[in-house]
Amino acid sequence: MSKFEALAGNEAVATAMRQINPDVVAAYPITPQTSTVQTFANYVADGLVDTEFVTVESEHSAMSACVGASAAGARVMTATSANGLALMWEIVYIAASTRCPIVMGLVNRALSGPINIHCDHSDVMGMRDSGWIILFSENGQEAYDNLIQAVRIAEHPDVLLPVAVCQDGFITSHGMERVEIYEDADVRAFVGEYRPQWSLLDLEHPKTYGPLDFYDYYYEHKRQQVEAMQHAHRVIQEVAEAFNRTFDRDYGLFEPYRLEDAEVAVVVANSTAGTAKVVVDRLREEGLKVGLLKPRVFRPFPAEELAEALAHLKAVAVMDRSISFGAMGNAGPLFLELAAALALRGVRMPMADYVYGLGGRDILPREIESVYRDMLRVAETGQVERMVTYLSVR
Amino acid sequence: MATKLLPKELAKRPDRLSPGHRLCAGCGASIIVRQMLAAIDEPVVLSNATGCLEVATTIYPYTAWRVPWIHNAFENAASTISGVEAAYRSMVRQGKIPEQDVKFIAFGGDGGTYDIGLQALSGAVERGHQFLYVCYDNGAYMNTGIQRSSATPLGAHTTTSPAGKVIPGKQQFRKDLTAIMAAHGIPYVAQAAPSQWRDLMKKTRKAVNCGGPAFMNVLSSCNRGWRHGTDETVEITQLAVDTCYWPLYEVEEGVWRLTYKPREKLPVEEWLKRQGRFRHLFRPENRHLIDRLQEEVDRRWERLLRLCGEA
Repeated sequence: MSKFEALAGNEAVATAMRQINPDVVAAYPITPQTSTVQTFANYVADGLVDTEFVTVESEHSAMSACVGASAAGARVMTATSANGLALMWEIVYIAASTRCPIVMGLVNRALSGPINIHCDHSDVMGMRDSGWIILFSENGQEAYDNLIQAVRIAEHPDVLLPVAVCQDGFITSHGMERVEIYEDADVRAFVGEYRPQWSLLDLEHPKTYGPLDFYDYYYEHKRQQVEAMQHAHRVIQEVAEAFNRTFDRDYGLFEPYRLEDAEVAVVVANSTAGTAKVVVDRLREEGLKVGLLKPRVFRPFPAEELAEALAHLKAVAVMDRSISFGAMGNAGPLFLELAAALALRGVRMPMADYVYGLGGRDILPREIESVYRDMLRVAETGQVERMVTYLSVR
Repeated sequence: MATKLLPKELAKRPDRLSPGHRLCAGCGASIIVRQMLAAIDEPVVLSNATGCLEVATTIYPYTAWRVPWIHNAFENAASTISGVEAAYRSMVRQGKIPEQDVKFIAFGGDGGTYDIGLQALSGAVERGHQFLYVCYDNGAYMNTGIQRSSATPLGAHTTTSPAGKVIPGKQQFRKDLTAIMAAHGIPYVAQAAPSQWRDLMKKTRKAVNCGGPAFMNVLSSCNRGWRHGTDETVEITQLAVDTCYWPLYEVEEGVWRLTYKPREKLPVEEWLKRQGRFRHLFRPENRHLIDRLQEEVDRRWERLLRLCGEA
């Protein structure tokens, strides 16, 4: 029997880690991820897991040790935020190209500078081209569920790529919520045993990991990473189906909310999607045909399915919690990629980007409502006044 | 029974680093690696920092390694092997893999060890992982084309500390990394040189059997950077030892011990004059640099003798 617990998002993630019982965790504390590793350290100290907890001296060493442990055939996890992820940077790419199925709990926080410990998505957006699979989570429940699924996605023989599971710093990482925790045995059965195919510790069959790879092969190895990402698109959905059957959930590539008959929609990831649902309900009471699309899988980007899900709309707004400086219109990355996805599939509609919540700036229901009302006007006129709006900036 | 450290016995052991790699003729690194790995009878798993040893032995799709080997990046050979070792301990404890007496060894050059990888090394030994870190110290970033490192001797010409008209080569003494590692209080730290091969091999055996983290700093000539003939490697390395620029000693459980005392301590210029990187020091206006280097070598030697209870 599963049970309901009042847990902060980080505790929910730590609980999933306890249930998954990875062979190795290498992590370094950073706000707002810290309570994940602290909680997990208690599990280690109390003998609740078999994990070797490598208390590294930096995030660079955390990811380095993860790569070493993963190459050695271990099931490996880590967790970080913002500057910690940035310090890992070099090895984040190496983890993906070495095809290490590492799972990372990423608590989204604004990247310095100036230094700021609160939520935005500038950290994860920096890793979008690194070769990692990236999943978003609206709340503690989704962070917990995504982390469990991430293990199976990462270790699938057709994938073998690392996975980052995102949740919003402080908003969900420290916000206490009702989380359904499944039986330990059920979680362990779901993730199964990891059977590495090319372990460095297979002493009878020595492997060389991380050789020098020049112009005669490097390109083909990069192409193989592309194929792994293509496979991931399928495997993520297969794992979600299995998860939904086992735990009675409804995961897919994204979550549509009152989208089917909507004329105007907002696309927004992580915790703000929860607030936006409330706004949608309120506006629906007024008879306004509004909906929401909450991306779950950001890498690999499900362009085809997103275009299809949004094709019937008269106008779409994207809400971005980060800026791609110097990109078209200084817009946010989610908007830019979604706009390209729709345009290339001949889905033409007015689109606008709303940057919000940088450095943990509150986002209020009335601000989200203003986005909907803007887009309802746009749907009528067919004209977008401003491609990018910076919500509630002074 | 461990293989006796006799050339006849050792020659029977298969090379763990196979011939055909692309390291230069006369390279110290390959001599050191082969000697050290020949000293170990147990299975080994290696990690390797980015550098000459890495690039010249694993040009895809070839590998010169007949043992498990991983390269991750430049500064993280220690943290990478710490992950491998943690994985091994975890999976053995859980009964997922059989327990064997595996020796985990990381190799890095002085750039990857004294400089960019010092933090990762310090962290890994502090955590107590059971592994040996070997620095093959050739005193510069040789792989990228002979740039200064904190291991480069005072006065040496490198491409980032060139002997110019105003500044005659590197302006600082070498960082004493071996002492820094000894200060970590780990079970075994040693300084060695391939010219004293039996000493090097004995130390290797002690290091991998010390029951905790171990560090060895091994002088490795690079004839491209040091500027000498490819057939002079061992001889010039021995001059570093006999001038006491590179004393051979070990620190076992905190006890310092000299493992080789030159019969006659030679002036440091006997070592300098054999290498093109110091040529400019022999101009009259630069003589004071040789004197400064000699003073520092003497000071460090005296300190070492005191630490080893020989003074």
